[in-house]
Amino acid sequence: MKVYLDNGATTKLDDSVTKAILPYFNEKYGNASSLHSKGQEAKMALEESREIIAKKLKARPDEIIFTSGGTESDNLALKGVAQLHDSGHIITTKIEHPAITNTCKELEKQFEVTYLDVDKEGFISLHQLKNSIKPNTILISIMHANNEIGTIQPLKEIGEIAKEHKILFHSDAVQSFTKEDINTKKINIDLISISAHKIHGPKGIGALYVKNKTKLKKQILGGKHEYNLRAGTENVSSAVGFAKAVQVSNKKDIKHMKKLRDYFITNILKIKHTKLNGPKERLCNNINLSFAYIEGESIGALLDAKGICSSTGSACSSKELKASAVLEAIHLPPEYINGSLRLTMSKFTTKEELDYTLEELKKIVEKLRKLSPLGK
Amino acid sequence: MYTKKVMKHFQKPKNYGEMKDADAIGTAGNERCGDILKIYLKIKNNKIQKISFETFGCPAAISASDVLCELCKGKTLKQALNITAKDISEYLGDLPKLKQHCSVLGKEALKKAIEDYKKN
Ligand SMILES: Cc1ncc(COP(=O)(O)O)c(C=O)c1O
Repeated sequence: MKVYLDNGATTKLDDSVTKAILPYFNEKYGNASSLHSKGQEAKMALEESREIIAKKLKARPDEIIFTSGGTESDNLALKGVAQLHDSGHIITTKIEHPAITNTCKELEKQFEVTYLDVDKEGFISLHQLKNSIKPNTILISIMHANNEIGTIQPLKEIGEIAKEHKILFHSDAVQSFTKEDINTKKINIDLISISAHKIHGPKGIGALYVKNKTKLKKQILGGKHEYNLRAGTENVSSAVGFAKAVQVSNKKDIKHMKKLRDYFITNILKIKHTKLNGPKERLCNNINLSFAYIEGESIGALLDAKGICSSTGSACSSKELKASAVLEAIHLPPEYINGSLRLTMSKFTTKEELDYTLEELKKIVEKLRKLSPLGK
Repeated sequence: MYTKKVMKHFQKPKNYGEMKDADAIGTAGNERCGDILKIYLKIKNNKIQKISFETFGCPAAISASDVLCELCKGKTLKQALNITAKDISEYLGDLPKLKQHCSVLGKEALKKAIEDYKKN
């Protein structure tokens, strides 16, 4: 059996998305900036796509800036805000995606950055957030759902704090978009990063929600595309695919994933010395476990040999030979930190696939524990 | 990312398990990524009669441990000490660059086991 449980990394295109995209390669291939009919046909498709995505966030179409993905959206948000200032202070967290963390590291050359702690379940403290605010704080960037452990931060409360202090608020919602409700009418938020390939859309397209009148320093220079915030001939086919993916997302799929997630977690925790990383109430498709005394890359390699795709935050598996910063930040005990396994489902995941994974995973954990000198 | 040989030794190691009547035990830990390897030896007339391992680590670390045991069987202590990380890596048909450090660990554990034996 082939089981793909790495949907946090990327997802399969929905068939309806593939179908929607195809005409834009060799029929409706015009440049959306051209004034002739071929160009206007593409322009129309682009603007319809923008509208669909805006609607999902309860935003205006002119508040959606298409980018090449979540990474670029994060870069545009952080650098775009920061570079309008000569100096200042930025608040973020210790559990952000590298697109945020590494951008912040770069900005540290000129700006001061505070990285908020998180508790054992991965939540920031609103109290610490308030206390970290300085007179020169220019931006708060706190992710919505964490990509590793599925913790969902309270955007509404964070937004209120930001508003009270008149500080811009950005959130990386790449993992949560369409899975959690984000209503820009109800929460105070200025910038939101989203990406298509996590939601059964194409890779290489994302967007940044930029609240009306929010000023940003343009990062990619050229023509006046995307409300003069991001130059480059518009990726119309991908925008159409992104919008289609948003359009077909629905509550039923989320319920389906939640049910499977809880079923799997309940059963896998029957294995001794196994921990769920992250909170119980979490992103609908995210499962993150740690098995004491064994190593995550080995678990993943044995799962792969059984046709099951997963991911791990172990030190051995990383290019820097460092355990995941997120697992470090939640202070996972040492015997658990290298034995982590992330399984991320999609709407296509079935109970049969999870039963097969449960069965194989139990055998694998037992096998690796026999090989291990620890825990005896 | 791993060769067939690595996967074979990783998935079906022949030489693993605690040895209750071991004459010597050596443990080495890898600070770089947290691997831990324990080597058990049964020694007679300065020759390695039996050898087994227990490893906490990635596929490269586990397969390298198994291969080290394979290479040590029947060797004199001196011969065993001459086995290099390169021998292990070559036996496995090359480890990924990032995983080369995994093959060093076995030699350290073996050296410690033999030192432990010589002390007693
Ligand atoms: C939380 C988060 N932010 C940003 C990204 C980057 O998005 P993209 O792959 O579209 O650049 C990802 C995905 O890898 C993510 O999970």
